[in-house]
Amino acid sequence: MLQKKKKNILELWMKNQLADEGLREDLISNDELRSQSEELITALVGNLSGENFTDLESDEWSPVIEILGGIAITRARQGFSPRETGNFVFSLKEALLEVLQQEITDDPKTLFQESLKINRLMDNLSVVTFETFIKGREEVILRQTDEITEISTPVIRVWDGILALPIIGTLDSARTQIVMENLLQEIVETGSSIAILDISGVPAVDSLVAQHLIKTVSATRLMGAECIISGIRPEIAQTVVHLGIDLSNIITKATLASALAYSFKVMRLEVKKLNTVSKF
Amino acid sequence: MTLSLSKDTIQVLKEQDVVFLKNRVKETAVKIKMGLVNQTRLLTACSELVRNMMRYANGGACVIEVVSSGRNNGVRLTFSDKGPGIPDISAAMQDGFSTGKSLGLGLPGTKRLVNEFDLKSKVGEGTVITIIKWANG
Repeated sequence: MLQKKKKNILELWMKNQLADEGLREDLISNDELRSQSEELITALVGNLSGENFTDLESDEWSPVIEILGGIAITRARQGFSPRETGNFVFSLKEALLEVLQQEITDDPKTLFQESLKINRLMDNLSVVTFETFIKGREEVILRQTDEITEISTPVIRVWDGILALPIIGTLDSARTQIVMENLLQEIVETGSSIAILDISGVPAVDSLVAQHLIKTVSATRLMGAECIISGIRPEIAQTVVHLGIDLSNIITKATLASALAYSFKVMRLEVKKLNTVSKF
Repeated sequence: MTLSLSKDTIQVLKEQDVVFLKNRVKETAVKIKMGLVNQTRLLTACSELVRNMMRYANGGACVIEVVSSGRNNGVRLTFSDKGPGIPDISAAMQDGFSTGKSLGLGLPGTKRLVNEFDLKSKVGEGTVITIIKWANG
């Protein structure tokens, strides 16, 4: 029966969707929406048979679930809200129920039973949609996390032979590994003899962070370069002393500027103010 | 007599929860007008303990409380886990002792950073550590 009414259902569904206030024409065009809906309905009706109505595990349903999952994931990436994605499926349910009501007018008992079946089916499908939608969102978050680790450890060449590496956020083992790799690689490539690690952006230095810093400094020394740690704030200095961490054999400076001045001194460079005597 | 004014429990199971916990501790410390140095000390202590919890017990729970005693306000953190426990507490409290490959400053350092420190542990059952940092202590 539903097969015959496919066209009818689609029209109703589209009408429902278009009438919805939350329709996002900025994110998806009407044509695209129509083709998505049509694809889903074709799969849905095509795979519908009397016995598999409630059993979503059966193989006949997998194309439907696949299409639904695909739609949910694209929507998550396009930035739809959960409500909008949910409405997509719920409006189909309403369309189905409406058609059912028009078809079965004389027998309330059958109508009730068929409605229940459709309800159950569509609820299951909505759950599937949500699961995939959330998965899609999580993928977005994971990708962003990767991007953050990627961009958060730049090595800057501040002078010929001097590298600076500003560290922002908490240092954990994984990040230390990235920092160390980038730094050592850059030392080889530029032939630098001084590296400045700036920890102004590190909120707290605990023993693990300190241990990671010490490791990085020793590795840099093995490469024949000197490592200076700068950006130690007063409260961090006090905490480190209380913790009992020994940083005395590491050169530390309060600011990046003083670390740079120190490096100039070591490299026997001088920064002078020009004598601007006017000749006119 | 120490009064608890507010209570907040946070489960720490993943690496992301650590950052969330630290932010909450910091918010709480700012709310009771704790100075910047004490804030950093509390945060560092919290960081040490939560790292221990993640490393040796695969996570646990932390209760953040605002406590008051007389005219003093402070933050109390209770870390509880169901890990292997600490067999020799007095050794663990010594500088440079570590069963892992760390500096061995976590527990003794934390004790120096906070005003009150209490450690209870049973081998095979878990560990509970309670610390208090007063706003101006």
